Amino acid sequence: MVASRRLLLLAPVAAAALGGVGFYAALHRQQTGQYNPRGVPSALLGRTPPDFTLPALEGSGLEGFGSEQLRGLAGPVLVNFWASWCVPCIIEHPQLMRLSRDGVPVLGIAYKDKPEDSLRFIRQHGNPFRRLAKDEPGRVAIDWGVYGVPETYLLDRQGTIRWRYAGPITPEVLSEDLRPLLARHA
Amino acid sequence: MRGMLLALGLLLVPVSGHAVSSPADMLPDAALEERARALGKEIRCMVCQNQSIEDSEVALARDLRLIVRERIVAGDSDSAVKAFLHARYGDFVLLRPPFAWSTAILWATPLVALLAGFGLILAARRRMAAPAAPTPLSAEEQHRLAALDSEGGNRA
Repeated sequence: MVASRRLLLLAPVAAAALGGVGFYAALHRQQTGQYNPRGVPSALLGRTPPDFTLPALEGSGLEGFGSEQLRGLAGPVLVNFWASWCVPCIIEHPQLMRLSRDGVPVLGIAYKDKPEDSLRFIRQHGNPFRRLAKDEPGRVAIDWGVYGVPETYLLDRQGTIRWRYAGPITPEVLSEDLRPLLARHA
Repeated sequence: MRGMLLALGLLLVPVSGHAVSSPADMLPDAALEERARALGKEIRCMVCQNQSIEDSEVALARDLRLIVRERIVAGDSDSAVKAFLHARYGDFVLLRPPFAWSTAILWATPLVALLAGFGLILAARRRMAAPAAPTPLSAEEQHRLAALDSEGGNRA
């Protein structure tokens, strides 16, 4: 009787300790990039992108694109939603440049951005995009389920969406997640 | 003192929930606008995550509010509007997620907690109804009690 009551007194302490351990683990995994608390899975995984056509970003010298250009591909393709006003996009940019140098097609969609600002951004930081479209109203992005920039989608040869990353592609995400996926779908 | 009372009184005044929609975004038809608002309350703002799109000032929330209104004007039923958003943003966009295996724990938790509470109450009541019999006095204690008794008797 006394023993079980003492055990009962310990229960809240044990619960708090368990919570603490869980919290620490979540923080740690967040720090190492293994856990993204905002990483809501995309509803489009395993599906083809929605039907859309977007105009080119004028002045970039690149073509726009639509769902038609995302079918029957020569290899995996990345579709990257970004904006010049988006600070994490600056963190992500070097990784996109590296992918582009490695021959991975990165198709860009400038989201809710003024064309002249988007242009200034790629002149300043370099252009990693094989095609560059603009979605000023942000409606096509909603059809993709985009809820913030940057967001990156990986499409396989058939044009099926295999991976979505919400947030900047850091060097760690590039080497640990994206490279293996690109190799698998090559 | 009066100022304090006023301040306390103001705290009790309910804050209007949909102060965000600018009048220009509202539908002219009051009934349709009311439907759009009720529906928007059930749609999560994906950016702020703990607010509905009706409560959020984020640009995406405004876009989604406008989409809800467009679909309603186009004649969509409430469930069709929800299906439209669900197809794009998944379960997470619905503040009341559908019942599925992946959400079973979420929905079952209140019931489990309630049942556990009833269990605890029942157990506590059973224990109170049948109090444990007091442990009989040991021989030594009985001896001491007798001694005390006789002592008291002497004094009387």
